[in-house]
Amino acid sequence: MKPAIEIHNLSKIFRLRHDRRPYLSMRESLSGMFRFRKIETETFYALNDVSFDVNPGDSIGIIGKNGAGKSTLLKVLSRITPPTSGRIKLRGRVASLLEVGTGFHPELSGRENIFLNGSILGMKRNEILQNFDAIVDFAGVEKFIDTPLKHYSSGMQLRLAFAVAAFLQPEILIIDEVLAVGDAEFQKKCMGKMEDISKSGRTILFVSHNLGAVNQLCRSTVLLRDGKVSMTGKTSEVSRMYLDMDQKQARYSFDGTKENGMFFRSVHTENSRREEKREFMHNESMHVVSVIDTAKYTNGMWLCIALLDKLKSRVFSAITPVAPFYSGKKETTITLTVPPDIIAPNHYSFLAAVYFPGGGHTDWLDDICPVFIADNGTEFASYNDYGNVILHNCKWSSE
Amino acid sequence: MEQLKTAPEETDILPPSRFSIGFAELWHYRELFYFFTWRDIKVRYKQTFLGVLWALMQPLLMTPILVFSFGRNLQQFTPVPYPVFVFTGFVLWNIFSTGLSGAGNGMVNNANMIKKIYFPRLIIPFSSVLVAMFDFLMTLPVIIGIFAWYHCWPGPEAIFFFPAAIILTFMATVGAGSLFSALTVKYRDFRYVLQFLIQLLLFLSNVIYPLASVPNPWVRYLLALNPMSGAITLMRGMYPNHVINWELFGISFCSGLVLFVTGLWYFRKTETYFADLA
Repeated sequence: MKPAIEIHNLSKIFRLRHDRRPYLSMRESLSGMFRFRKIETETFYALNDVSFDVNPGDSIGIIGKNGAGKSTLLKVLSRITPPTSGRIKLRGRVASLLEVGTGFHPELSGRENIFLNGSILGMKRNEILQNFDAIVDFAGVEKFIDTPLKHYSSGMQLRLAFAVAAFLQPEILIIDEVLAVGDAEFQKKCMGKMEDISKSGRTILFVSHNLGAVNQLCRSTVLLRDGKVSMTGKTSEVSRMYLDMDQKQARYSFDGTKENGMFFRSVHTENSRREEKREFMHNESMHVVSVIDTAKYTNGMWLCIALLDKLKSRVFSAITPVAPFYSGKKETTITLTVPPDIIAPNHYSFLAAVYFPGGGHTDWLDDICPVFIADNGTEFASYNDYGNVILHNCKWSSE
Repeated sequence: MEQLKTAPEETDILPPSRFSIGFAELWHYRELFYFFTWRDIKVRYKQTFLGVLWALMQPLLMTPILVFSFGRNLQQFTPVPYPVFVFTGFVLWNIFSTGLSGAGNGMVNNANMIKKIYFPRLIIPFSSVLVAMFDFLMTLPVIIGIFAWYHCWPGPEAIFFFPAAIILTFMATVGAGSLFSALTVKYRDFRYVLQFLIQLLLFLSNVIYPLASVPNPWVRYLLALNPMSGAITLMRGMYPNHVINWELFGISFCSGLVLFVTGLWYFRKTETYFADLA
């Protein structure tokens, strides 16, 4: 069977002019004609020799950092912007969802917008008519269907927009991070719908920052880096690699030699392979390594490590006396292991303190070592960030 | 879920190369044409008290002003009562000015859509012109009313002249509209140029005065370059006693044709980069 999407040596170059404002004015173009000095231009490869194939019925995730070329690839695939070189062959009817509600007009009613948006997305009029009731039902806006869109709440607008998109019947669906919006219930509905679509034999190309969603939807994933394909393979392996890319970046750790730590030499986080890290998968353990200056070791010294959530409130605190780890050396390294599969995917940071019970704290480092726990495709991916910090399989039962 | 088709349609995405208008593709997207035009018409008169009657207001209000200012001096040159003369010219001119300013700003106004979804970009200037045509249709009863009031009915030749005038207007408006919408994407200056140009061209056309009333023949030739003057001449050709200067008409027709071809060519040449520029 021929692939549904073939991408051959695709490149897209942008020329950056260094002495210009982002859009041209005639005056500048005209005066430019009489200027002999060449305007400095820099070529920027938004996509550089990208090639991969997608087989019919596959769901492929595309991940990468900001500026890695994800959006440009989507725009080229959706024919919004042309490639500079290379070619793409798409087999099947394509629908691309770079945004939900493209072309929605605030003055028009919900009904009118369904027709307008549907036809912009490539639906035929009778397809829209056929699915009209289902769309309205999915969006849950029956009562307001003849009200102008400008009177809708933003949630309702979003639901209507996704509902229209959900009833597209293309063979190839190209989706940008449209799921990053909406309330928890609706996000779950969307994920469910997307899973339905992927199971129905359609080819899906899904771009997201949300590793959890990619893990849940796509079996294989392409990792883009600086406009090039850095890796293709199973989603779990590629997301592993994606997190590893951070390694060479800034050390998000506390360094007591530079800051005024009295007892702390350094605090940093490591993964189970003892590599310094600030991003972790939900199903791996996290190690907080504190190096304490014990040259002036004092008896009765305790160490406290606490995990802080996004709102800087404590998730848990772990305390231990330093004495058992003291071996007479100038520095003592103490590692706290946070078990896997328990801390909910989100952003966190740490609090580290050396203190003397009853004698107040001596060294107090608040909000250090920010870490990110990435989802590995748990049920949680379809929830919104309600500030959950614990993800644990509690038992359900009935009498 | 619906079964997948056995022979899926294929799309090739290549770097931009040869030129074509892409009629096949425009036809494929014909429903979108309809929806864009329909949207613009709907939105145009939403939350207005008079609604679609606004389409009539401009020619209805302008005509008495023009009659008051120029009627006495120009009556001798016009084969029909001056108000009839001005009104027929003005409604046609309105298609041009409304369509052109709609098309000229169309790309910038729809920039959000252009950046997010693909459709043949020509739909935007074309549907702006269709919206202007719709306004014109609304004024038709008024035109007939004016004919009746002045007891000045077009002859049977109207069957040829009327549609021919509309086609020429369409050509000139689409040509100028697509040219200016492509230019405005690149140089925002053209938004201001356009407003000024439309005003200027009204006075450099035969809407208000017949070209015959211009004494200098060279100035007449120059004025005939206005692509709308040919269309307006044809429109007035439907009055039995109106003599058409075919030489001047020829100049205007050629200028309209050149504008149509250049406009579409320039638009198609630059449209692939609209999303990067808009």
